[in-house]
Amino acid sequence: MFDFLEGYDLLGAFWTTVRLTVLSAVGALIWGTVLAAMRVSPVPLMRGFGTTYVNVVRNIPLTVIIVFTSLGLFQTLGVTLGARDFTTINFRLAVLGLTVYTAAFVCEALRSGINTVPVGQMEAARAIGLTFPQALGYIVLPQAFRSVVAPLANVLIALTKNTTVAAAIGVAEAAALMRVMIENEAQLILISAVFAFGFICLTLPAGLFLGWVSKKVSVKR
Amino acid sequence: MSDAAATKENPAPGTGDLVVLRKVNKHFGDLHVLQDIDLTIARGEVVVVVGPSGGGKSTLCRAINRLETIDSGEIAIDGKPLPAEGRELAALRADVGMVFQSFNLFAHKTVLANVMLGQVKVRKKKKDVAEARARQLLDRVGVASQADKYPAQLSGGQQQRVAIARALAMDPKIMLFDEPTSALDPEMINEVLEVMRQLARDGMTMVVVTHEMGFARSAANRVVFMADGRIMEETTPDQFFSSPRSARAKDFLSKILHH
Repeated sequence: MFDFLEGYDLLGAFWTTVRLTVLSAVGALIWGTVLAAMRVSPVPLMRGFGTTYVNVVRNIPLTVIIVFTSLGLFQTLGVTLGARDFTTINFRLAVLGLTVYTAAFVCEALRSGINTVPVGQMEAARAIGLTFPQALGYIVLPQAFRSVVAPLANVLIALTKNTTVAAAIGVAEAAALMRVMIENEAQLILISAVFAFGFICLTLPAGLFLGWVSKKVSVKR
Repeated sequence: MSDAAATKENPAPGTGDLVVLRKVNKHFGDLHVLQDIDLTIARGEVVVVVGPSGGGKSTLCRAINRLETIDSGEIAIDGKPLPAEGRELAALRADVGMVFQSFNLFAHKTVLANVMLGQVKVRKKKKDVAEARARQLLDRVGVASQADKYPAQLSGGQQQRVAIARALAMDPKIMLFDEPTSALDPEMINEVLEVMRQLARDGMTMVVVTHEMGFARSAANRVVFMADGRIMEETTPDQFFSSPRSARAKDFLSKILHH
């Protein structure tokens, strides 16, 4: 029944999906945290940048961003991100595009978390002489992160599925392989089902695990 | 014996002025919360600020370490004017202990970590030195056995005593108390006031905004009565409670003392 799978590197394709997801997730988490810090900082220029970034980036379709990394950054501006062969260049560009896009959502999730931390926490932090960045880093952000694990899990699941857009610039992840198989094989429904199942295998455990973490780390007040 | 009584009755012990406020004004929108406030606090003095709600007491207290900015006037601590935002302000705040009405202990850190954080990150002390000092302070305020718990596991009175220890850990020149017992259940008020009395006896300079008249009577060197954004009266506790001069103060005292 599953003979049609023979000759295709299904695991390899999903492995590429996983690598795209993990690298972009780490990048988006870091960049999104920086953006959130900017959005709550007392410096108007930083706040302005953060707000503009989020409002521009989250309103552009991901496909446009990913295609721009290839056509705009690579083919027009010659940005190769330190790679030589096309496969690596496209992979890195896709990670960049996914990071840039997802960071906007991480930022907003985190900012809503920052809003759940009572003002008194910041005041107490500053009252013992912590500077603004210290107070944010040691007191506010750790509590904010704990309250947004569940929303961040949503962002991660969305990101996992969004990696399929990388197929648009020729990254050989799961969706790219699916397209090839649909062209060559007859079992269209089965092929779709296999890939759907593959994605559920990635996202479901991640979602359940983070749901558990969310309960575990929540701050008691 | 007579010495102790003398220090209690004569305000302004120690040497020189620690906090000086001159012509301080602040508005919240149309509300003029601080109107031409002049106040000088001497080293080692315990000043209790009382008055009706909305009179500007808390704002005054919070202005001293710039948690509230002021519109005009000057505030100087230990001879230095309050710096604007930035490292200098952070350094100044480290020297000014603050205790809040709602405790504001760091909710994600243990009691011990709460008292250690400022020592390690601001005073740059070694971890073991900071821990020893934190344990000593927690013992002093009577919550040593709770060191490894999280704030939410403690009673309000215990939390407030930890908050006092956290402020003391910075070795502040002055302690500000912004209605420290207002959020507490009645049976926990005394355990906090007792810690504060002990601090006062040890010579700490204190500004205390409170509704606890018993504390004002027993621990204050001076009572400042504020209403409508002004300092209406500034005198010794005995004088204030037995023969207040201003009509507002008489009215205020008649409302709170007769029930």
